[in-house]
Amino acid sequence: MTQFTATTGPAASLLLPNINTDLIVPVARSVRYARGELGPWLFETLRYGSDGRENPDFILNIEPFRHTRILLGGENFGCGSSRETAVWALLDFGIQSVIAPSFGEIFYNNCFQNGILPIVLPSSLVTSLHEEAVEGNPVMTIDLEAQQIQTPRRTLSFDVEAFRRTMLLEGIDEVELTLRRNGEIEAFQKSDAKRRSWMRWDEPSIIV
Amino acid sequence: MPKTCFEKIWENHVIANLAPNVDLLNVDWHFVTDVRSRAFKSIEDRGLPVRNPERTIGIIDHVVSSEPGRTGGWAEWSDMHIQNMREGCAKHGLRLFDVNDAGQGIAHVVAPQLGIAQPGTLILCADSHTSTLGGLGALAWGIGFSEVIHVLATQTIVQRKPKTMRIRFDGRLEGHVEAKDVALYMIGRFGTAGGMGYAVEFAGPVIDTMSVEQRMTICNLAVEFGAKVGLVSPDEKTVAYLAGRSYAPVDTDLGEAATSWLALRSDDDAIYDADLALPVSELKPQITWGTSPEDTIAIDGVVPYPDEADTSAKQAAWQASLDYMGLTPGAPIVGTPVDRVFIGSCTNARLSDLEAVAELVKGRKVASRVEAWVVPGSQQVKRDAERAGLDRIFIEAGFQWREPSCSLCAGANGELVPKGQRCVSTSNRNFVGRQGPGARTHLSSPATAAAAALAGMIADVRSF
Repeated sequence: MTQFTATTGPAASLLLPNINTDLIVPVARSVRYARGELGPWLFETLRYGSDGRENPDFILNIEPFRHTRILLGGENFGCGSSRETAVWALLDFGIQSVIAPSFGEIFYNNCFQNGILPIVLPSSLVTSLHEEAVEGNPVMTIDLEAQQIQTPRRTLSFDVEAFRRTMLLEGIDEVELTLRRNGEIEAFQKSDAKRRSWMRWDEPSIIV
Repeated sequence: MPKTCFEKIWENHVIANLAPNVDLLNVDWHFVTDVRSRAFKSIEDRGLPVRNPERTIGIIDHVVSSEPGRTGGWAEWSDMHIQNMREGCAKHGLRLFDVNDAGQGIAHVVAPQLGIAQPGTLILCADSHTSTLGGLGALAWGIGFSEVIHVLATQTIVQRKPKTMRIRFDGRLEGHVEAKDVALYMIGRFGTAGGMGYAVEFAGPVIDTMSVEQRMTICNLAVEFGAKVGLVSPDEKTVAYLAGRSYAPVDTDLGEAATSWLALRSDDDAIYDADLALPVSELKPQITWGTSPEDTIAIDGVVPYPDEADTSAKQAAWQASLDYMGLTPGAPIVGTPVDRVFIGSCTNARLSDLEAVAELVKGRKVASRVEAWVVPGSQQVKRDAERAGLDRIFIEAGFQWREPSCSLCAGANGELVPKGQRCVSTSNRNFVGRQGPGARTHLSSPATAAAAALAGMIADVRSF
């Protein structure tokens, strides 16, 4: 797991509800490009016209949001397909935190796996952060240690599961952590094989 | 203490508790589909072996062409992913259902058909529609790419226990109203975030009388309802469905397994964190008008006005949907001209779905303006359909009868609906660009999609 402690930068808003992972990165880019190559394709259908040129009205094409570190999203942000490329595209673009009233569950978990901090805040607070960013200085700081969002005007607190917070702050790798429990996994599999002796782990021929 | 089916299966898989509400769970089966073929290189780069190669199966479904006679896929990335799968599975000793193997097909169609998905099994795949397998009483959900590496290396998953929800479908379905209509109606009613944070059990008389395949359709769409997990308590139908399948237990083992499976049923007095009832006796066939699965109306309904949405954010989303879909508020949805019809996907490409289509189109003709495809969900569905003569019915009606693939549901094999064209599709997502840049998707049941193919426009299947 990648470490995350804090980030500072402009916050851009995409407050439409149900922004799905197909919209974050279309399938043609998702299956073609690897991690590290996806930044240019983030929000492709919104960011570019059908002629491939930048859509000048799209927020990430406007200064200072080309350097966005924080995204303000709508309800159910990241719903749909499980593609982790959606998180990689955000990361490749430079986004390190997404603040939204709710998240698609697979996307939410994928964020933590990659050192992006997803923050759940009530819809009214996300909207007021958006208004603050639009009216004045959009630069915010997100501090995971303190569990705070600092804007030029105020400081807000947010909740995050303690276990996930520790994993992110220390950059602990989940696979490494689990591999240390190999003895327990071994013991579980042995007793499970007795409990469900009918489970087949061979390769039976396919009945046609 | 009474327990839900979900709780029983969860508890049977806990290896260790890691933190409050965070458990390490044993994974029974894991599927790697072709679009995640880079997983093998990732695990190799980390110098880790696959812990239990006998428990992961490789699947070719997303990138492979559905064209008759295909040997691979047409997309520029198809060959790379297929090659990665072949090399990765061979190197790590995994079973692979290759392009034209007897077991090939869409992961969530193959797993039940081969008897791999059984009640009480925990099954993961980096594909959100893995929830389909809940129709058999399996605990199954979609994972991310990082989690694929975790499962390959440890045969476990770190998971937060979700809350439980039960949705009871009460009443009896009218003719031409199918599982797909029930699911779309539910998503329209409660929204695409309605099940967020829950493992959702579908229950009630409508589920009890439904076939196992129809239950899979509802569980498939649990993820469009915001829930990672959809589930139906196993019953005698589940046992009957599994008997005789390739991976299913036989003889006395089957009896022992069946007893264990049926014991997983939710206890009658089990408590759910949320318990909802949805009467569906009056339900009509459903279809989507917008670009979210919650944008659902009855087939005899009209396209809504954006100002009917309850929040300003939603009003903006509805307006954007209408613009993208090229629809006029207030107009009846029936009569909207259609260019393409797609019968396929892990939602609706099982034998019973194809039978519903064949029943309607037998002796009729697809409208000349429509290009209509039937893409069976697996080689087994294809074989069974051909044995029953369904392929002849489709071809004579003017449908293309194709090879098993995810095909037009995801467009990951290069098969796309052209820009601006309108497609009635039995798949699961009507997102912007999902079936191709600028493609307009209307989700419906197989019967409603078949009616659109015949009429050349969105039509009410009940009038056929």
